[in-house]
Amino acid sequence: MKEFWRNFARNRGAVVGLAILLGVLALALLAPLLYPGSPWDMAGMPFAPPGEMGMLLGTDSLGRDVAAGIAHGARVSLLVGAVSTVVALVIGVSLGAFAGYLGGWADDVVMRFTEFFQTIPSFVLAILLVAIFTPTIGSIVFAIAVVSWPPVARVVRAEFLSLRSREFVQASEVLGKSRLSIVFGDILPNALSPIVVLASLMVASAILLESALSFLGLGDPNMMSWGFLIGSGRSVIRIAWWMSVFPGIAIFLTVLSLNLVGEGLSDALNPRLTRNRGGKA
Amino acid sequence: MTRLLTVENLTVALPAGADRPHAVEDLSLHLDAGEILCVVGESGSGKSITANTVMGLLPKGLPVTAGRITFEGEEILGLSAEALRSRRGRRMAMVFQEPMTALNPLMKVGDQIAEALQVHGQGHAARARVPELLAAVNLPDPAAIARMHPFRLSGGQRQRVMIAMALALEPALLIADEPTTALDVTTQMQILRLIREIQSRKGMGVMFITHDFGVVAEIADRVAVMQHGRIVEQGPASEILNAPRHPYTRALIAAVPHGAAAARAAIRPAPVLEMKGVQKTYQRGGWFGARATVRAIHDADFTLNKGETLGLVGESGSGKSTLARCVVRLVEPEQGEILFHGTDLRPLSRQGWLPYRRRIQMVFQDPYASLNPRRKVGEAIMEGPITHGVPRAEALARARELLRLVRLDESALERYPHEFSGGQRQRIGLARALAMQPELLIADEPVSALDVSVQAQVLELLAEIRQRLGLTMLFITHDLRVAAQICDRIAVMRRGAIVELGATDQVFGAPKHEYTRALLDSIPGREWTPPELSESA
Amino acid sequence: MGASKLPGYLLGRVVKAAIVVLAIVVCNFFLIHAAPGDPASIIAGQSGAADAKFLEQLRAQFGLDQPLHVQLWLYLKGVLTLDLGFSHRQQMPVSTLLWDRLPATLLLTGAAFLFAVGLGVTMGALAARRVGTWGDSVITVLALAFYATPLFWVGLMLVLLFSVTLEWLPSFGMASVGVEMSGLEAVLDVGRHLILPGLTLGLFYVAVYARLTRATMLEVADQDFVKTARAKGVPEGRILRRHILRNALLPVITFAGIQAGQLVGGSILVETVFAWPGIGRLAFEALLARDYQVLMGVFFCTSVMVVLFNLVTDLLYALVDPRVEASA
Repeated sequence: MKEFWRNFARNRGAVVGLAILLGVLALALLAPLLYPGSPWDMAGMPFAPPGEMGMLLGTDSLGRDVAAGIAHGARVSLLVGAVSTVVALVIGVSLGAFAGYLGGWADDVVMRFTEFFQTIPSFVLAILLVAIFTPTIGSIVFAIAVVSWPPVARVVRAEFLSLRSREFVQASEVLGKSRLSIVFGDILPNALSPIVVLASLMVASAILLESALSFLGLGDPNMMSWGFLIGSGRSVIRIAWWMSVFPGIAIFLTVLSLNLVGEGLSDALNPRLTRNRGGKA
Repeated sequence: MTRLLTVENLTVALPAGADRPHAVEDLSLHLDAGEILCVVGESGSGKSITANTVMGLLPKGLPVTAGRITFEGEEILGLSAEALRSRRGRRMAMVFQEPMTALNPLMKVGDQIAEALQVHGQGHAARARVPELLAAVNLPDPAAIARMHPFRLSGGQRQRVMIAMALALEPALLIADEPTTALDVTTQMQILRLIREIQSRKGMGVMFITHDFGVVAEIADRVAVMQHGRIVEQGPASEILNAPRHPYTRALIAAVPHGAAAARAAIRPAPVLEMKGVQKTYQRGGWFGARATVRAIHDADFTLNKGETLGLVGESGSGKSTLARCVVRLVEPEQGEILFHGTDLRPLSRQGWLPYRRRIQMVFQDPYASLNPRRKVGEAIMEGPITHGVPRAEALARARELLRLVRLDESALERYPHEFSGGQRQRIGLARALAMQPELLIADEPVSALDVSVQAQVLELLAEIRQRLGLTMLFITHDLRVAAQICDRIAVMRRGAIVELGATDQVFGAPKHEYTRALLDSIPGREWTPPELSESA
Repeated sequence: MGASKLPGYLLGRVVKAAIVVLAIVVCNFFLIHAAPGDPASIIAGQSGAADAKFLEQLRAQFGLDQPLHVQLWLYLKGVLTLDLGFSHRQQMPVSTLLWDRLPATLLLTGAAFLFAVGLGVTMGALAARRVGTWGDSVITVLALAFYATPLFWVGLMLVLLFSVTLEWLPSFGMASVGVEMSGLEAVLDVGRHLILPGLTLGLFYVAVYARLTRATMLEVADQDFVKTARAKGVPEGRILRRHILRNALLPVITFAGIQAGQLVGGSILVETVFAWPGIGRLAFEALLARDYQVLMGVFFCTSVMVVLFNLVTDLLYALVDPRVEASA
């Protein structure tokens, strides 16, 4: 653990990323204390520029406080990012492990399925899913998970495939250990590093995906989110630039911090993870 | 003879944090035209670094801190990058260890040879010279080979292409860095002969780097032995091979398997394992491409008697490992009987196999891959017995005892595999197998990933344990010398079939099958019998 | 080994592509049925605009009173004859709507793609060559930044800078409204309108390709055959071009195929921001109107685009890498 931390801290960007991430997390947790009441309520004059009339980051066309929106939006972004990643991990790890450990036809079927999901334009599918199942936090998480699991399945399958033929796994077979104990005792622990790194990057792309959906008006109508803020500022950008600039910076910092942390994890765990991921709409 | 290359007091630094300050230290050697100098040493001895320094191919992190290198009468260490480049390929050339990766996969081999000519201003001659060169390294149909991409060629063919490329501009110096290590014995012998023949025809000086004293005996005029970045002994080949003086050289030579089959006590026929009509085929090709069927195992019947060691010998791809894996069900053959004390194991379910897991165990080839990096050594040794219901305390006591048996300290129990060397890990792997108290042990190339001195220790240990525990053993190896030393009987495999099976001295002394004869002829340095050396000299 | 296996390989790819397209159609079909509520009202669009008569007509057309497999068959037959349904909102067949919008999207994504590959590979190659220098760091930092920036926000910021503040470039549409232009003038006008959306969509992928090229070039540079080239005296410049770059481009081609879907998805956002009259804008309009027929048409159409693009990259890969034939 100590060594892990030392390797992680050697990557200075990762430490900065972790600091930003903790800041965003604190903002999300403290949002109800910092900005009590609903972020949808009018707080001042419409179109108040930042710094004026007691509004740190200005107000929008209905006089709502942009800063309050960003603080409350952090909750939604982080929540959607984390939950959809967990769901995608569950799908991806199970399918990947199944395909990689069993090989043969099971592998063939699962990989064709995965390839299919990687080929279709995932963002379009996500839009379609959310639109059809009506935008709620649940349908958004579901849609993001459905389009984000394929890279997990691929990585896990590749790891399992290579580990399965490794001699220490064969040794376990020869010792007569059960399949479950081989999968969970021998293979999975050794495949964990790339999964952890991938997960941190997936949270980042899920946040981007959520913001893109709510930018298009597919956010949960009851929850304030960063993408919605930018979307509502789009048509009035000529008179109220702050409405789109600040939420964008919030997304940028959060996603950047997650990417930096991901790189730090990758350095610290030293996995053979290819860095060419394609998870952004 | 003319002095071609002189290296004087060369020192190459290692980056800070390495296990020693210098990769090569105060090294001096020389090479004449028309001579083959073998630089011998175990892995990490600095022999490849020496070769790369001469070529001017050292990576940036390894600076030369002292010494002189004179090549064809010219000091070359201070030369500009461009001056060195113009000599590389033209006056000095190099052949590498790994033929599978040493050629550009996207370029036709003819183009790669032609490129060597082009970059030295001889591009106009390429059309005529390329087929000539390919013919000179005994490749059939040179014109066709020139048009092929590397992936279509075998390892041996690729190494020939590499040699043709190195010889394109008739260099005065050829450096060969373990050029045959990745090849099978029969191919190795062909390449060795080829290098020898071309060298004497062209009068080149050859610096041949190897770890194998058999190869040295086959090819060297002079020998330089390296250890920890220094030359510990150099001299004419006959002297070094037959009367080594330095303790390290003596130890290395003493560790070379001597290849003479010792007379063995007769084995009474009491079959433990019988293979009858086992057949395994692999399907290749995808959903739409043409399917190819490869017969991995066929006609490979044998019987293994109690207390006996049977060697499965063959080149890579001969099916020896696959056959061994059939016995422990890591590979499931589609036909035949695998009789263990008369019970056919092949049709048994995973569950039905469990009782036999205790009685049949396996030791693997790669000491770095055969232990779970995330599990402590003690756990690795104990988990087998515990899986089969042995109480933890008893398993622990057994693990302690086994560590003593394989000559490791008891403290190993609480440590992780990465803290051990290759030889030590191999002994841990052996302890793990023995913890099950098996009667049949399958050893799949257990020493081929190890340096020769370590190899000797592990082989000795294996022989001793086999004696003490009365083990029956199936021993897979590609190294005939090793087989001769440890096996009672030998089965020679080729393309999935056993072509000859007999007592070790018989197979070595009077081989019946032509392939066995070819294999035996290919043992490098066969004429040389390592001298009997007392260990403490 | 003389006879090429390339045709067989390509045939395999075409069959695979066809299966993918078919699967997408089936996927669409089940989405309609998985959605909560009456399929007919979903097909018609749920905002209450559809009258009872129209719903009846839809039920008959899709055979909604018949068993599921018959419905599937009817649906498949429709799609295969390029009948993607009728948009009640726009009073036009969906396929006509898509055809009208396709050229604009192809122009945008094509321009962005070429821009991204061209600049990205160049930057990546430069960074790999100067690994560790400030130029390398700048490229790495830029790549990291673009990774983390939402596409639509980049678009808005470019509008803010170049249209609102500097007033250099138009911020919406594909051509100037109300001005008659001819020939070259019109082309240049479209070009001016293309700059911001093309840049927005392309910049992210510039970063992606730069990173990928840099990483693979460094990896290839470590391989044995590069050392072989050096040992035979090949000059560094030539090693870079003939040995390293060619091999490093293989993963770039593979990746271009994988991210094609992302590019198309990104175009929806960019077209929304810049009111670019393409398929993405159509999707956004359909979204506002909850016009599901059109949305599914967009999904189908973009999927086919991606599948075709993948076929092209497969072919390209096969042409560059001789080993493909052997493993087909």
